[in-house]
Amino acid sequence: MTTFLNSIGYNDWVLPALLLLPLVGAAVILAIRPRAAAGHGDTLEDGRPRQIAFYSFLLEFIVSLGLWWSFDPASAGWQATIDLPWIPTWGVRFTLGVDGIALMMLLLTTFIMPLTVLGSWTSVRTRVRSYYALLLILTTGMLGVFVARDLFLFYVMWEVMLVPMYFIIGIWGGERRIYASLKFFIYTMLPSLLMLVAIIYLGLHARDTTGTPNFSYDNLLTMSGVTPKAALWLFGAFAFAFAVKVPMFPFHTWLPDAHVEAPTAGSVILAGIMLKMGTFGFLRFALPLFPGAAMHPTVRTLILVLAVIGIVYGALVAMVQPDFKKLVAYSSVSHLGFVMLGIFALTLQSVQGAMMVMINHGISTGALFLLVGMIYERKHSRMIDSYGGIARVVPMFAAILTFVSLSSIGLPGTNGFVGEFLVLVGSFRTYPLLSTIATTGVIFAAAYLLWAIQRILFNSLDKKENAHIPDLNRRELALLAPLVAAIIWLGIYPQPVLRRMEATSKALVNRVEARQSPLAPLPVATR
Amino acid sequence: MNFDLTRPGDLAAALGPDLLLMGGAMLLLLWSAWRPETDANQRQVGIASIALCVVVMIAVGYYGFRGATSGNGVIAVDNFRWVADEIFLIATIGTIAMSLDYNPREGILAGESHVLLLLATSGMMILAAARDLIIVFLGIELMSVAIYVLVGINRRRERSAEGAIKYFLLGAFSTAFLLYGIALVYGATGETNFAAIAANIERLNLATSGLLLVGLALVVVGFGFKVAAAPFHMWAPDVYEGAPTPITAYMAAAVKAAAFASFFRLWLEGFPQLIATWHDPLWWLAVVTMVVGNLIALAQRNIKRLLAYSSIAHAGYILVAIVVGTALGSSAFMFYLFAYTLATLGAFAVIVAMGAAGEDKMGVEEYSGLFSIRPGMAVAMAVFMLALLGFPIFGGIGFFAKWYVLQAALQAPAPQTRLAVILVLTSLLSAGYYLYVVMVMFMKPRASTAVVPSRTPRWTGAVVWASAAIILVFGLFPDVLVSFAKRSTPGVVRGAPAVVTKR
Repeated sequence: MTTFLNSIGYNDWVLPALLLLPLVGAAVILAIRPRAAAGHGDTLEDGRPRQIAFYSFLLEFIVSLGLWWSFDPASAGWQATIDLPWIPTWGVRFTLGVDGIALMMLLLTTFIMPLTVLGSWTSVRTRVRSYYALLLILTTGMLGVFVARDLFLFYVMWEVMLVPMYFIIGIWGGERRIYASLKFFIYTMLPSLLMLVAIIYLGLHARDTTGTPNFSYDNLLTMSGVTPKAALWLFGAFAFAFAVKVPMFPFHTWLPDAHVEAPTAGSVILAGIMLKMGTFGFLRFALPLFPGAAMHPTVRTLILVLAVIGIVYGALVAMVQPDFKKLVAYSSVSHLGFVMLGIFALTLQSVQGAMMVMINHGISTGALFLLVGMIYERKHSRMIDSYGGIARVVPMFAAILTFVSLSSIGLPGTNGFVGEFLVLVGSFRTYPLLSTIATTGVIFAAAYLLWAIQRILFNSLDKKENAHIPDLNRRELALLAPLVAAIIWLGIYPQPVLRRMEATSKALVNRVEARQSPLAPLPVATR
Repeated sequence: MNFDLTRPGDLAAALGPDLLLMGGAMLLLLWSAWRPETDANQRQVGIASIALCVVVMIAVGYYGFRGATSGNGVIAVDNFRWVADEIFLIATIGTIAMSLDYNPREGILAGESHVLLLLATSGMMILAAARDLIIVFLGIELMSVAIYVLVGINRRRERSAEGAIKYFLLGAFSTAFLLYGIALVYGATGETNFAAIAANIERLNLATSGLLLVGLALVVVGFGFKVAAAPFHMWAPDVYEGAPTPITAYMAAAVKAAAFASFFRLWLEGFPQLIATWHDPLWWLAVVTMVVGNLIALAQRNIKRLLAYSSIAHAGYILVAIVVGTALGSSAFMFYLFAYTLATLGAFAVIVAMGAAGEDKMGVEEYSGLFSIRPGMAVAMAVFMLALLGFPIFGGIGFFAKWYVLQAALQAPAPQTRLAVILVLTSLLSAGYYLYVVMVMFMKPRASTAVVPSRTPRWTGAVVWASAAIILVFGLFPDVLVSFAKRSTPGVVRGAPAVVTKR
């Protein structure tokens, strides 16, 4: 496989191709001439937009899959790099590359996107062209965030994601979609703008003798001369932007609104991919660039405590939700707390575990949102108490929902176990108390999900209208099958994934622990 | 090309594009006055005016391309002037194009309305060139008088007349401030030429002269009125709302740009030694303008008033570039003006296109569900709103404009970090109202009783698409513009300071 990939020069073009392909798909969809019979041509009568979107995403996935083989797991450096000038006058370059973290996030994205199209197949009925075009544009933005190696480019991609998602929530969302979309936009934009100031500050700090700024990530890693105080502020700006995206308690309030009001695909993308941007940002930027500030005892403890509060609080709030979609949304707060715990506990195991949780959460929670969307499409209710005993009516649905829930709880043998176990084991060495408290999160997760499943699937079938819900159709089974397969595969044999992330994680932990980056020497502890 | 501005022939040559525009405008005025007021004649004058503007643009481009320079004198010959001129001319062409559709609809048959725009533009070009307080005053008056008439050109409408009177009274008032300030500055320094003023301040050690400082303050007030900086902005919303929409666009884009260009040059060349004195007042002026403009805009439900307050907020962002005051600041300033002008023109063009005769439907809610009936217009408007918000890619060069100003602020000898943070926080406020417009267009359902707007008129449509295309294309590949902007700084005055004391 590797020989074949090398023979076609795969590594030289794959990243730009992955960014370009969705845009081409979007352009094709927008260029379709509406069929006269279908009004504006923007209704479901016209099946072409969704097909084009699906095949674009499928092609995207196949193209990206080559990275799995072409990636050299032994190297912690950038691979499949691209470096082109973009705005020379400002020292901005179009530099791309993947390392172990970015690789997995990229594959997760390309894996989930075709499934989201299948998940929206019949549920999006209006303005379908715009909808699928926005999904495709969104993908370019998300992939761009993961592969950008220039802080300017990273910022642009970071913001590019925002607009399509804003429209997806605001146009195709639920009843309170306008409120939710605006809240999502403003919550994300405020810290992003502060991060923008920090990025400019860094770029100018690294400027050369002619005054041209330099935003190259690699260059900033080796740069020196930012005072500890400035580093603390810069870290604050970056960390704020990422913490809102994660979202960490207490910046999580946009999440339930956005996730619940978004259409199914929107929720899946938000939970499965976009939340990872925050934790990815910590791993890629906030920690390596400002190790001194991030590892400052006060800062570190604060973030760890907030992470653990997030784990427990998210789980407890999820438990009392009457709305199943909201329950899943709050469970994300809890799961992402594990990721933050793993990142800031900063042992090799805990960081690896955090990355596993990022992947697993994308798959399991994505699947849960898809399942919620499927049952909602049938019954137009997300309330737990409007169901009950439907396992007899929709056995396939019940089986898959149960299985996915178990993986989300972290049952050994499923993917959820691997990540959270690694995080807890890894962080127990450095923070025994906090990780003990975090363990309760796993128990609570079992409580809220099993209890919800019991009320939805089992109990007695006491509502007559529930007796005739159709079971999953072939399309739905086909789209859930890869997710189920991934859950089992990652649960039983996560080694290939871990191996590809290992070098990068090791390099990260070493860099931060040694406070190698002279950019931010440890602030002198007062007292 | 090097002009010796003490020789009349060279001075005329250095004013070539300006004279070309003025001469052409006079001929068009005669042509227009000669013929009866009909729609067809109005149209021909308009098209001829656009053609004239294009010719002048080419002339300006030629001067810039040849790298014309000059010695010290009453006018500047530098890239700052040429780039500013091009921005004014772009705005003028856009405005005339909109008027071609707007005027027949509103029953404005006077072809002179286009000529007045040309005259106002020539005033702006003089402003951008002025290196002498007298010339500044001349330019401001030439520009303002034409605008007073244009605001009230639709004399049958009450709002238009009200706006005209308000603008005239307050404009006259602000001119008086400016003139008084000029007189005091002259009294203190004995000079009206920028370079000579600077030299005399240095030589006579006038940094603490009370007379000069009062003069300076009055000049700031005068310019503050023209650029609608808070707290001198009160006239703007009423006048913007009352004026015919194309004229509103012209005021928001070109008039503001011209006043700023002159403001910037005067500060950079006339009072560089007084930076310690004017830094703090201008800093506060910028902050207050950003905060007030954005806060009040949040409460607006009339699209023209909303854009009026947004233009006040943008005056604040531009003031940041002036506070920075470096060469980089002036590059950022020009880039910002370009982006802002295009986005504003485009937004007003959408308003013209979606409006109906009588201009009574200016509520933002009128645009509910626009996406479902005019997807193109809705998308274009969203681009303009995002450009004004300063959003990357979807807002095109709007983002790079903000970026440039931020970069200039942080790269200044004394980094303006606090100002930069205030700038980004206030632009977050602006998301509240720009997104409100976007939300209404895309997410609100179209009321069943709402009338479908008539077909998008040709010229206005062209303005919309051209602005959107430029914003988006340069939003992906801004480097050409950036390197242009980088060179568009006020030129070094050759042979200055040639201090000629008259005492």
